[in-house]
Amino acid sequence: MTEGRGIVLLKELSEARGVSGNEQVVRELIASAVREHVDDTRTDALGNLICRKRADDAAGPEPLRVMVAAHMDEIGLMVTGVNSDGTLRFGKVGGIDDRILLSKRVLVGEKAIPGVIGSRPIHLIPRNERERTVEADKLAIDIGAADKASAEKLASPGDYVSFDTSYAVLSEEGLRSVKGKAFDDRAGCAILVELLRERYPAELWAAFTTQEEVGLRGATVAAHSINPDVALVLEGTICDDLPKKKDESPVTEVGKGPAITFMDRSFIADARLVRLLVKTAEQLGIPYQFKRAAAGGTDAGAIHLARQGVPSATVAVPARYIHAPVSLLSLRDLDHTAALVSGALRALPAWWAGPENA
Amino acid sequence: MKELIKTLVETYGPAGHEGAVRALISGMAQPKVSGGLGSVRVDNMGNLIVHRRGAGGGKRVMIAAHMDEIGLMVTHVDKNGFLRFGIVGGVMPLTVVGARVLFANGAMGVIGWEKWLQESSLPKWEELFLDVGATSPEDAPVGVGDMGAFVRPFAELGARLVAKSMDDRIGCAVALQTLLELEGSPHDLYFVFTVQEEVGTRGAAVSAFGVEPEIGVAVDVTTVGDTPEARPMNVSLGKGPAIKVMDSGMLAHPGVKDWMIRTAEEAQIPYQLEVLERGGTDARAMQTSREGVPAGCLSVPCRYVHTPSEMVDYGDVLNAVKLLKAMLAGPIAV
Repeated sequence: MTEGRGIVLLKELSEARGVSGNEQVVRELIASAVREHVDDTRTDALGNLICRKRADDAAGPEPLRVMVAAHMDEIGLMVTGVNSDGTLRFGKVGGIDDRILLSKRVLVGEKAIPGVIGSRPIHLIPRNERERTVEADKLAIDIGAADKASAEKLASPGDYVSFDTSYAVLSEEGLRSVKGKAFDDRAGCAILVELLRERYPAELWAAFTTQEEVGLRGATVAAHSINPDVALVLEGTICDDLPKKKDESPVTEVGKGPAITFMDRSFIADARLVRLLVKTAEQLGIPYQFKRAAAGGTDAGAIHLARQGVPSATVAVPARYIHAPVSLLSLRDLDHTAALVSGALRALPAWWAGPENA
Repeated sequence: MKELIKTLVETYGPAGHEGAVRALISGMAQPKVSGGLGSVRVDNMGNLIVHRRGAGGGKRVMIAAHMDEIGLMVTHVDKNGFLRFGIVGGVMPLTVVGARVLFANGAMGVIGWEKWLQESSLPKWEELFLDVGATSPEDAPVGVGDMGAFVRPFAELGARLVAKSMDDRIGCAVALQTLLELEGSPHDLYFVFTVQEEVGTRGAAVSAFGVEPEIGVAVDVTTVGDTPEARPMNVSLGKGPAIKVMDSGMLAHPGVKDWMIRTAEEAQIPYQLEVLERGGTDARAMQTSREGVPAGCLSVPCRYVHTPSEMVDYGDVLNAVKLLKAMLAGPIAV
């Protein structure tokens, strides 16, 4: 990925608001970025953006159909009601730890009305209560409205709420780390957009999916309609690499390259594809790591079960602090992930037909 | 049939790594369907699909038994060569301390607990580790991503058989023995030896889509209520195979259930009716495939499910084969 381009696109994607079921802004952003590089584009009934890119001339008349998926949606909140004092009740969309909600800035509804999830000042909280988590249903979004009637002019039940987080570069050198929201999975989206600039010896079906965070729902129907031979899923994944007392798994580490999954809660990766990814990384001299936990789940969980089964693998950019208002990743990892998947797509058709996989 | 069971249960095959079990079953099934009698194929996910052509006028029936077993996957190797792991399927922390684990390359590991002899509570997963005899990451014979399965030799205790993966090699044995013994059948039979049942009936989901059965029957184990102070359940070892009425994943199709009962009564095979409060089988995945499939499950009663010593009654196993054979030999009305 060219340096400037990756940064520009990831910034826009990260700052775009697209909580599960409300991905249109992200979809439009991606659609315009890929338009000139794909052969067909359509949006399906669940909002998945599906782009087809024909195989290059090296491929035979019936090229391998490869689905590459990245999900557009992010975790967030939804307004469930307006309280008598003008604050907003809300529910969680996707996996959110209640502890991360206190004292956060959010944007409400289509008009992006700014609000805060407040926290009582420390002076008023008895010591024993400070040690307890405040549950989400005890919290409210304060949009500064004087009363219920004025709040109702600005927000209503069903409005999506996203975290208000700006993207920023934290280090220009070394890790080239950046912070922003929704790197799970706008990092994958940014890479997939970049991959579409090239042509491969396989027919590429890029699926920018919806509603992953609420149960891999978009990918389920996208995989059914694409009916691919093989699938790769691009993700921003769990990273727990800060120093710990105990010698245990960091899951993934920032700066150590793309993370390849063996197994998570949603699927067991196809061993042939894992071997291809490792071999490609080694041949191209790209650093890589394995995801060292069986935790989490991705669109691969849905895709590999489509129709008669689709051999699938997941490659992810390590991102610290995911499923929270702000996460952190290394642009170096992002570039390496794009390079690895690009290389793997080039090698895939020959590898798939090769004797090792007979 | 004991020899077949012993071979099947002692073979390595955690979810996603069923190759050795598949090779074994495939080799034994092949002669029964060669020479135009049917076919053997392996699908995208690794399910072994043995098709035995029907004499005509019958239905397309899928019989599913899963090849995979529970196990664990290495997630971390520490600086002293100890391994941390994630679990594959419904492994319980109560059963694993001191257990031995075998890897595909033949390496063996022992599960240890940080708090052994210090605490009497249940171990937490993050407190457990694997000792493979290594002293550094460099001399560890296995690494991240390698999958281990529990080991325990097959044993005969009177009329009972005990092994680590009766769930569901006993189902594989029943299905395979039925295929081997079955003489004529009007039905197009698809004996599907599925993968990844223990992690969510995944193999059955995709193989059912491919087979498109008109009737689905899973062969799996069920828990029982016949041990001291057991939670009440009307299934016991030695009283015949169980015909599933429901479990937490499926309500058996009444027509399929009645067909099983009718067949057992006509052939005078002892049977029990099973209502399983917790658990699910490949029948669930078949039932919800495509437009829906009438499905049921023939269960082999089993004590100590998901421990390294799962126990079945040999008489129940033989009667399960008898019942499945009788079910498939004649016309099916559901």
